[in-house]
Amino acid sequence: MSDTHAQTVAFVRETEIPQSPPPALEAGAVKWVRENLFSGIFNTVLTLLALYVVVRFAIFVFPWFYNGVWEASSRKECLDILREAGKGTGACFAVLVDRWDHLVFGFKYPQDGYWRILLAFLLLIVAAGPALFSSLPRRMLLFTAFYPFLAFWLVWGGSLWLPLTILGLIIATMLVFRLISSQIPVNIRQIVSGVIGVICGAGLAYLLFIGAQELVFIANSVGTEGMIAPIAYGVFWIMAIFAFVFCVPMGIFVGYAIYNSYEDGGLVSIVASLLFGYLAFVYLLSPIWMALNSIIPIELQAVASRDMGGFMLNMLLGTICVSLSIPLGILLALGRQSPMPLIKGVCVVFIEFIRGVPLITLLFVANVMLAYFLPPESNFDLILRVIIMITLFSSAYIAEVIRGGLAALPKGQYEAADSLGLDYGQATRLIILPQALKISIPGIVNVAVGLFKDTTLVSIISMFDLVGMIRGPIQNSTEWTSVYWEVYGFGAMLFFVVCYSISQYSQWLERQLNTSHH
Amino acid sequence: MNQTSQMTVSDEVAIEITNMNKWYGTFHVLRDIDLTVQRGERIVICGPSGSGKSTLIRCINALEEHQKGKIVVDGTVLSSDLKNIDKIRSEVGMCFQHFNLFPHLTILENCTLAPIWVRKTPKKEAEETAMHFLEKVKIPEQADKYPGQLSGGQQQRVAIARSLCMRPRIMLFDEPTSALDPEMIKEVLDTMIELAEEGMTMLCVTHEMGFARQVANRVIFMDAGQIVEQNEPEEFFNNPKSERTQLFLSQILGH
Repeated sequence: MSDTHAQTVAFVRETEIPQSPPPALEAGAVKWVRENLFSGIFNTVLTLLALYVVVRFAIFVFPWFYNGVWEASSRKECLDILREAGKGTGACFAVLVDRWDHLVFGFKYPQDGYWRILLAFLLLIVAAGPALFSSLPRRMLLFTAFYPFLAFWLVWGGSLWLPLTILGLIIATMLVFRLISSQIPVNIRQIVSGVIGVICGAGLAYLLFIGAQELVFIANSVGTEGMIAPIAYGVFWIMAIFAFVFCVPMGIFVGYAIYNSYEDGGLVSIVASLLFGYLAFVYLLSPIWMALNSIIPIELQAVASRDMGGFMLNMLLGTICVSLSIPLGILLALGRQSPMPLIKGVCVVFIEFIRGVPLITLLFVANVMLAYFLPPESNFDLILRVIIMITLFSSAYIAEVIRGGLAALPKGQYEAADSLGLDYGQATRLIILPQALKISIPGIVNVAVGLFKDTTLVSIISMFDLVGMIRGPIQNSTEWTSVYWEVYGFGAMLFFVVCYSISQYSQWLERQLNTSHH
Repeated sequence: MNQTSQMTVSDEVAIEITNMNKWYGTFHVLRDIDLTVQRGERIVICGPSGSGKSTLIRCINALEEHQKGKIVVDGTVLSSDLKNIDKIRSEVGMCFQHFNLFPHLTILENCTLAPIWVRKTPKKEAEETAMHFLEKVKIPEQADKYPGQLSGGQQQRVAIARSLCMRPRIMLFDEPTSALDPEMIKEVLDTMIELAEEGMTMLCVTHEMGFARQVANRVIFMDAGQIVEQNEPEEFFNNPKSERTQLFLSQILGH
């Protein structure tokens, strides 16, 4: 028993014990080394073993790097230089110097257009800034919105008026939406709703009617001969009868639903703006940009999609597909949670189908199969097809990641948002998504990094991305056959730099968004 | 302490529930609920767990759907029409057992969010209102912090302020003090008492019998999805009529 407690249990402390530094062995680097490297016999052995491996590896690799030849025109020349210098081992980095343009830009992109790619890349950094760092001024987001159109022009060339006209039509479509949903008085909107309801109802009924006739035609051409044909014949006839019976009621139903939305204007403004957008793109796009271009021609040399290549192609596919698949993934995740069975069903089937199919299959479909399904005269760009496939692929994965985030949110967050009177859109946008996305960051980044690396798969469908470039034109050339470590190592380094930056950014973002303790 | 309970209760009906029934699957959670709440009335609902008290008040702002019967809130009939539901929800404030503040927004943003987006109040005005109510619940200095940095009691007071910023005509409290340390219960109850004194129509699900005695006009005892007994607090606590109520009171007041 200490003195304090000797006489009595009552005790009052009168002086504060001053702070003192921890013992020397319990602080700083010494502590770290003791705890992490030499905390026991087993760990000490492991540490020494690891140290040995690292040193041996460095001894092996370092001369290879150090002796590397940077100036030579072929692998043979490299070896000659090394032999003359009396060095046993050395890398032949000359291949990187010699084929730098090919590795970065592909071998067909016009050389005097390299500045366009570099400029697009620099501007990408400026455009991505405000989207990635919330401390940058919000006004820069305007440039971010404008960037895709500018970058399209820089990379593909052609007339600047084409992307500008597309942008203009998109803005016009949005203005139509604004106009109908909030700017015109209700009685005018009622008339507009009526007109659009009639158009859409009649159009839908007509389409169903045509479809029904098509189905009858297919049924008759299948015929009733053989084992399976009668079943198909029956199925097509049943579908045709359904379409015949329901074409008018469906038309009336949809038309009335559009008309009926005139009070709050939600449905009618969406339908009207989509209708406007579609018509504008079909009938206005080419006349307008061509007319503008003939007045003030602003053109760059046009580059065909098949001429894109090198690491630029990977960056192109990576950035476009990531930025498209995140919004699509969000919509799919929300759709999968929807109480409406049709929407939910479509999303579930889509996600499960895509997740069940390897990306390489989808790429083959994009490359070969789509050509069979599309009308022969349609000239559907290969890169566009690949972008669509990769985007669909990764959006399914991102949707599942975000669904996990949505599921992790306490039910109380939904209830609190509801109880304040926020509607579904507001609650989702302001309360649910910011939190769900924050939880999903590691998963989304995981998919994004995977996607970026998967862009090298396009080398299999004969596109010359970085890997395609190395496997094809470089290693098949007489000068650089059997150069492996240098080129693939360089490729790995490029990918590592990008992927590691993405991962570092995501960790920084997670720390930024952490509001639980500062 | 009786002057609060004697405060005027108007004849105007705030909530009218007639013959309301609710099932979870085949389980009959609420049975034939009839309840009329006058404007300015303060009602405490108590009962054993699983008796349907939370479900009852959650039906009033349509967080739960009832399958049979009629609920009229502030003259608006609660139907499946989303417009009616949103209208009622913006008039009825609610506080939850676990506060349910939005952790990614600051205290001030928590309070201004709904006024800005639902009521379309200009941001500056919404912030002034929010500061007014934060002062009222005595935590204006925390306005720029995040919910995760506040104690439970402070969070619940912010939740009350957040609801008040919508200027609701009715407040629902779903066990607002059940998740709090004893030290913090008092600060939340004081806020609620102050609110009651101002004449807010309140429905509280709570086990704080002291609070019930002090501010309630009426105490409702529920068991197995039914209203078993309702009375003025004095009568309710001193002279419980039903056996079930007596048992319940002896259990929660017995120690």
